[in-house]
Amino acid sequence: MKDAAAKAPGADALRFEDLSVSYRSGRRERRVLSGISLAIRRGESYGLVGESGCGKSTAAFAAIRYLARNGRVSGGRIFVDGQDLMALSALELRRLRTRSVSMVYQDPGRALNPSLRIDRQMMEVFEVAEGISGAAALARSRDMLARVQIASPERVLRSFPHELSGGMQQRVIIAMALSTHPALLILDEPTTGLDATVEAEVLDLIAGLRAELDISILFISHSLAVIGRMCDRVGVLYAGELVEEGPSSRVFGNPRHPYTVGLMRCVPAYGRRKNQGPLETIPGFLPAPGSISGRCVFVERCGNATQRCSQAAPPPVGLDGHLSRCFYPDRALELPRQGATTPPGAITPPGAITPARAITPARADGAEMAPPSAPPAVPLLHTRHLSKTYLISGKPFPAVHDITIDLRQGETLGLVGESGSGKSSLAKLLLGLSVPDAGSVVQLSGETLPPRAEGRTPGQLKALQIVFQNPGAALNRSQTVRRLIGRSLRLVGLTGRAAESRLREIAASVRLTERHLEEKPRQLSGGLKQRVGIARAFAGGPKIVVCDEPTSALDVSVQSAILNLLVDLQAQRQVSYLFISHDLNVVHYLSDRIAVLYLGRLMEIGPSEAVFAGPHHPYTEALLSANPSLDGPATQRIRLEGELPNAANLPRGCVFHTRCPRKLGDICEREEPPLAPAGPAAEGHAIRCHIPADRLAAAQSVSSDPRPKLAPPPG
Amino acid sequence: MILRFLGRRALLSLITLAILSVIVFLGGQLLPGDVGRAVLGPLADARAVAVFNHQVGVDRPLAVQYWDWITHFVVGDMGRSFTFRAPVAPFVGAALLNSMKLAALAFVMVVPLGIAGGVWAALRVGRWTDRALVLLGQSLGVVPEFISSIVLILMFGVWLHWLPMSADWPEGAGPLTQLKYLILPSLPLVLVFFGYIARVARAGTVEALDADYTRTAVLKGLPMATVMRRHVLRNALLPTITVIASLLGYLAGGLVVIETLFHYRGIGALIYSAARAKDFPMLEAGVLTVGAVYALASVLADLLSATLNPRLRVGRT
Amino acid sequence: MSAVALEAAPVRSVARERWRAALRSPTLIVGLLILGFWIVCAIFGADITPHDPYADDLLATLSPPSASHWFGTDQLGRDIFSRVIVGARDILIVAPLATLLGTVLGTALGLGIGYFGGVLDDVASRIIEALQALPLVIVALMALAAVGTSNVTVVLVIGFVFTPLIARTVRSAVLNETDLEYVAAARLRGDGALAIMFIEILPNVLPIAIVEMTVRLGYAIFFVASLSFIGFGIQPPSADWGIAIAENYSLIGNYWWTVLFDAAATASLVIAVNLVTDGLAAVFDS
Repeated sequence: MKDAAAKAPGADALRFEDLSVSYRSGRRERRVLSGISLAIRRGESYGLVGESGCGKSTAAFAAIRYLARNGRVSGGRIFVDGQDLMALSALELRRLRTRSVSMVYQDPGRALNPSLRIDRQMMEVFEVAEGISGAAALARSRDMLARVQIASPERVLRSFPHELSGGMQQRVIIAMALSTHPALLILDEPTTGLDATVEAEVLDLIAGLRAELDISILFISHSLAVIGRMCDRVGVLYAGELVEEGPSSRVFGNPRHPYTVGLMRCVPAYGRRKNQGPLETIPGFLPAPGSISGRCVFVERCGNATQRCSQAAPPPVGLDGHLSRCFYPDRALELPRQGATTPPGAITPPGAITPARAITPARADGAEMAPPSAPPAVPLLHTRHLSKTYLISGKPFPAVHDITIDLRQGETLGLVGESGSGKSSLAKLLLGLSVPDAGSVVQLSGETLPPRAEGRTPGQLKALQIVFQNPGAALNRSQTVRRLIGRSLRLVGLTGRAAESRLREIAASVRLTERHLEEKPRQLSGGLKQRVGIARAFAGGPKIVVCDEPTSALDVSVQSAILNLLVDLQAQRQVSYLFISHDLNVVHYLSDRIAVLYLGRLMEIGPSEAVFAGPHHPYTEALLSANPSLDGPATQRIRLEGELPNAANLPRGCVFHTRCPRKLGDICEREEPPLAPAGPAAEGHAIRCHIPADRLAAAQSVSSDPRPKLAPPPG
Repeated sequence: MILRFLGRRALLSLITLAILSVIVFLGGQLLPGDVGRAVLGPLADARAVAVFNHQVGVDRPLAVQYWDWITHFVVGDMGRSFTFRAPVAPFVGAALLNSMKLAALAFVMVVPLGIAGGVWAALRVGRWTDRALVLLGQSLGVVPEFISSIVLILMFGVWLHWLPMSADWPEGAGPLTQLKYLILPSLPLVLVFFGYIARVARAGTVEALDADYTRTAVLKGLPMATVMRRHVLRNALLPTITVIASLLGYLAGGLVVIETLFHYRGIGALIYSAARAKDFPMLEAGVLTVGAVYALASVLADLLSATLNPRLRVGRT
Repeated sequence: MSAVALEAAPVRSVARERWRAALRSPTLIVGLLILGFWIVCAIFGADITPHDPYADDLLATLSPPSASHWFGTDQLGRDIFSRVIVGARDILIVAPLATLLGTVLGTALGLGIGYFGGVLDDVASRIIEALQALPLVIVALMALAAVGTSNVTVVLVIGFVFTPLIARTVRSAVLNETDLEYVAAARLRGDGALAIMFIEILPNVLPIAIVEMTVRLGYAIFFVASLSFIGFGIQPPSADWGIAIAENYSLIGNYWWTVLFDAAATASLVIAVNLVTDGLAAVFDS
C-alpha cells in the first residue's frame, strides 16, 4: 500500500486510466462507462458534458469511489492526487475524502442534513480533518462562509437548512467542500435546478474561488454554455465513451466529433428566431449502455457514418490534446442538417403513419411564420386585472397580481420569470384550474369565461388547452396512447369512424407511429411522451395552447425536435401559444411577444425583438445577463442581490426594489411604478419602472460588450 | 413556534377525543336499542325494563344523556356500573394502572429490540438476512396474541416450568415477583409489535442511508460511527417515534385477549367483562379511557418529533 | 444513480416479467400452497375428514395423539384432526367477506374524500383519526355487545371498522394522483368528477387498494380468531379454531394437544396470508 499512499509530486489531481464501470441489474451487467482515459492537471478546470444517461454522474462518483451498491469499477484505474483509488484501504479512503477531494452535487436542499444546524454540519468537517473543535472550528466555519460571500455568516450558522434558500444552501455546501483545501473539487450539476440569476451568482462564485484557491475542478453539466464558460478543457461523453476531448475553445470552436456538432446545433442559438428555419435535432435514441461494441457508439445516429464506422470502433485520434473518437474528424462540421425537414422515417422507427399533409416546406422561406398581421378589434384572449392571492401562514401572498394582457390569433406570447414569479399560476387561472380573485376578468374572443373549468362550455374548454412540463405526470399511466388521445376527442363530439381517423391524423401530425398508439406511457421515452401530450392538447382543435415549460424535462436533442413540432403545428393550425419557459433562448426562438413576470407582476411586455434589444426592465436585464449561452453577447453581468421576498416580507412600492441593481431611491420603496411605454416609438413595448426608458437605454448600452464568438454561427 | 405547534396539536386531539366520545356514547347507548331489555334479557318483565331504563336515565333525550355523561366524565365521574352498582371510576383507575405495568414491560423490551432489528436489517438491505428478519417480523405480527400466548404458555409454563402461567400474583407480592408474573403475558405483545417497529425503523434507516445528506457526510470523510449516529439514525428514527405511540392504541386491543387469558385485572379485561355483562357505563368509561390514553400518547409523540425535527417546528404541518 | 436511466429502450411487458419473478419467489409459493390447503379443507370440510368431526365418543375422551386419532381427542372424545380440518370453514368465509366489504366501502370513501378534499376531507380525517384511537377488538366488542353476535354481525362490524382504515390509505394514494397533471388534463376536457375518480384515478390506485386488501385480510383473520376466542366472534357449535382453543384452554396443563393443533392451524393460516401479501406487494411495488 505504501506506493499507493505516496504522492508523486506534481501528480494530476485526477486521472482515469482506461476506466470502465458496470452496473448489475438482475443477472445482467451493463457497462455504463467504457475505456475512459482523462487527466485533470493541478489547478485545471475540466468539464464533462453530455446528455442524461451518458455516464457523467457515474464518472463523478467513480472518482470518489462512491458508486451505487450495484455498481463496480470493472476495469482500469483511478488516481486521485497521485493515489490509486481502488487500492486504498477503508481508512485511507476516508482520509482521502477528508483532505484531498470534495464533491458538490445537484439539489443542495437534500445534501444537507435537515435536522442539524449549519454550524454543526460545518464544524464536523474541521473536526475530522484538522482535529480542532469548539470555538476554533466555529471560527473557521465563519471564515469559510464569509469566503463564499455569505453576508451574515452568524445567522446562517445558526440556521437549519430548510430556513435557507437554494442558492444559499449551495454556497454552504461549496464552503464545506472547500474547507479543507482539497486537491480536487467535483461539481456534479451544481446549478441545475437553481434559477438563472442564482445560477449565474453561484458560477461567478466558483470561478472566483478557483482563481483564488488554485484548486482543480471536475465540472459535470448537461449545459454546453456552462461548461464553456467554466472550464479550461472539456470532455464530451456519449453512451459511456469519451467521444471528444480538448481545450474548451477548440472543442466548441472547431468540434471534431459529429455528436458534439449535433449537440451544439440543437440549442437555439442566441437571437435565433423560428422564422429563420427549424432547429437541428439528433435523430434516433441513445443506445442502451454497453450494448455497442466493435463499432462506433454514435454510428446509428450519425449523418456522416460510412460502412467503416459499423465495422470497427474508432480510436481516439487527434493532435495537441484535441482528441476525437471519429474516423472522419475533419468532416464533423459538415454533418448534414437534421431539422424537422427530415422525413419522419429517419426519426421514428418503421411503420410510421404518413403525415396527413406535408408540413414543413413552407417554413423554409419563413413566409408563414411572420408575426400575425394587424390585430383585430377583439383579441383572442384577454385578461384584465387578473389576480390570485394565496394565504401563506395566514398572510396574503399575491401569486398573480393585476395582470392585463392580450393574445392574438396565431401569436406566441412568451412568459418569462424565475420560480415564484407566477408563470404557472397565471396559466392555471387562464385554464380554469384555479379560481382567480374577484374582479379578475378572462375573456375568450370578447366573451367572459367562467372562472372554473367545470363551469365552461365544451367549446370554451376545447379552445384553451395545455401542454404540461412533466409529460410523465401529465399522462395517465394506466391508459394506452390511443385512449389518452381518444378521450380528448369526445370533447369535440367525435365518435366511431370519424374519431378514429381524426386520432390517426393527430398522431401522425406529432409523428407518433401506429405501434405507439397501443403502448402505455411507461413504454415511451420522454420525448415521445411529450408528443402524446401535445397530441392530446391539439386533439380538440384548440385556439390557444398553453405550453408550460414543455421541454425543460427533456434533453437538448429531444427539446429541439419538440420545439420544431410546436412551430410546425402553429404554422399549420394558426393556434396561439402562451409559452412559459425559464430558457430565454428558447423563448426568444419561439415567441412573437414576451412578458416578464416578477412576484406575480408584469414587469415588462413587448415584441420579442424589442424586449431583447432594450431598453430593459432591470429585472429583464438581470435575466438576460444571467442567460448562459455559448455564443451570445456577454453583457456586463448584472447580479441580483438578496433573496426573493416571500409572503412575510412582501416589499411595498416596486416589488423589485429589494434586489434592483438600478434602484433610484425612496420612490422605488414608496410607489409602485406604472407599466409605461418604453420610449415614444416603442410599439407595444412597456416597462414597469420609475427610471425613464431613455435613461434605462443609455445605462444599458454602456454595459453591453460583445464577447468573441466561440462557435461558428450554427444558423 | 413550538408552543404554537403544540397548541394546535393539542386542540386537534381534543376535537378527536370529542368525536370519539360521541362515537363511544352512541355505541354504548344507541346500538343496543333498548338498554334495559339488553341488560335484563329477553325474559324480563316489561315494567322492570322501564323501571331500569328510568333509573339509569336512558329514557331521556339522547343529547341530554350525552351532555350529562360527558360533563360528569371530564371531572372524573364516569358513571355507575350496572353490575357492581358502584361508581365506575375506581375500577377503571385500578385497571389502567395494572395495564400500564404490563404495557411498560412490553415496551421496554420491544422498542429497543425492534429498533435494533430494523437498523440491523437496513444495514444488510437486499441480503437474505434482511429478508429473513423482515418476513419473520411480519409473520409474528399477524399471529393473534392468544395463539402466541398458547405456544409460550406451553413452552415456558407447562413444559419448562420457568414462569407462572397466570399473571395473578399472590397477595402482597413485591415488585420483582410481580415482574416475574408479568413476563409471560408481555411476551405476546413483544412478538406482535416487534415486526411493526422493526419495519418502520428499517424503512427509515434505508431511506436515510440512501439520502444525499448521508452521502455528504460520508464524502466529508467522517467515521462511519459518526455518520450513523449523527446523520443516519437521527433522521431515520423520527417516524418510528410516531409509530410507537400509535401502537399504544393497538396495545389495548391486545390487552383484552391477553389479560383475559392470563387472568390479569387490567383495562382490557375490564372492557371485556363489561361487554360480556352488558355493563354499558363501565364499557364506555373503559373505552373512552383507552382513547384518551392514545390521544395523549400521540400528542407526546408529536411533541418529541417536533423537538427532534426542526422542519416541523415551523408550524406548517 | 441516474446513470442507468435510459431515454430509449422501452421496457416491454414489465407486468408479465414481474409476475414471473413473483411466482419464482419461494415465499409466495409457500404462502399459496398453505392457503390453498386450507381453502380445500374449508370447501370439502367433513367430506374429507377421517372421522365425523361432530361425533362424541365418551369412551375415548382426551386421548393423546395416536394412529387412529392423529391429533388426539377432546373432552367429548371428538377427533381433533377432523375438527381442525372443518374448523377452517367459518373463518375463511367471515374474514374474506369482511375484508371485501371494508375494501369496497373504503376505496369508494377514500376516492371521494381524496378527490374532493377541503372540508369533507378535514371532517372525514378527524373521524377516521378518532376511530383509530380505539383498537379494533374493542370497537368490535362494543358493537357486538350492543347488537349481538352472529357471523353476519361480525362481517359487518369488521367491514365497517376496516372501512376508514382502507379509506385512509386510498385517500393518500388519491392525493398523490390529484397532484399529477393528468387529472387537470381530464378536467380540461370536461370530464365530470365521477369519471375522473373512477375512470382516471381508480385504475392507478387499485394496486394499492389490492395490496391493502390482502394486508387487511391477514388482520381480519387475526381479529375473527381473536373475537371467536373471547366469545364475540364465530359461535358454537362451529368447529372454529378460536372456539376450540377457548373451550379447551383450561386443560392446557395436562392435555396440550387439545389446544396446540388449533393454534398451529390458526398461525399457519395468518402466516400464509402474510406470505402471499408479501409476494403481491413485490409484484405491485415500483
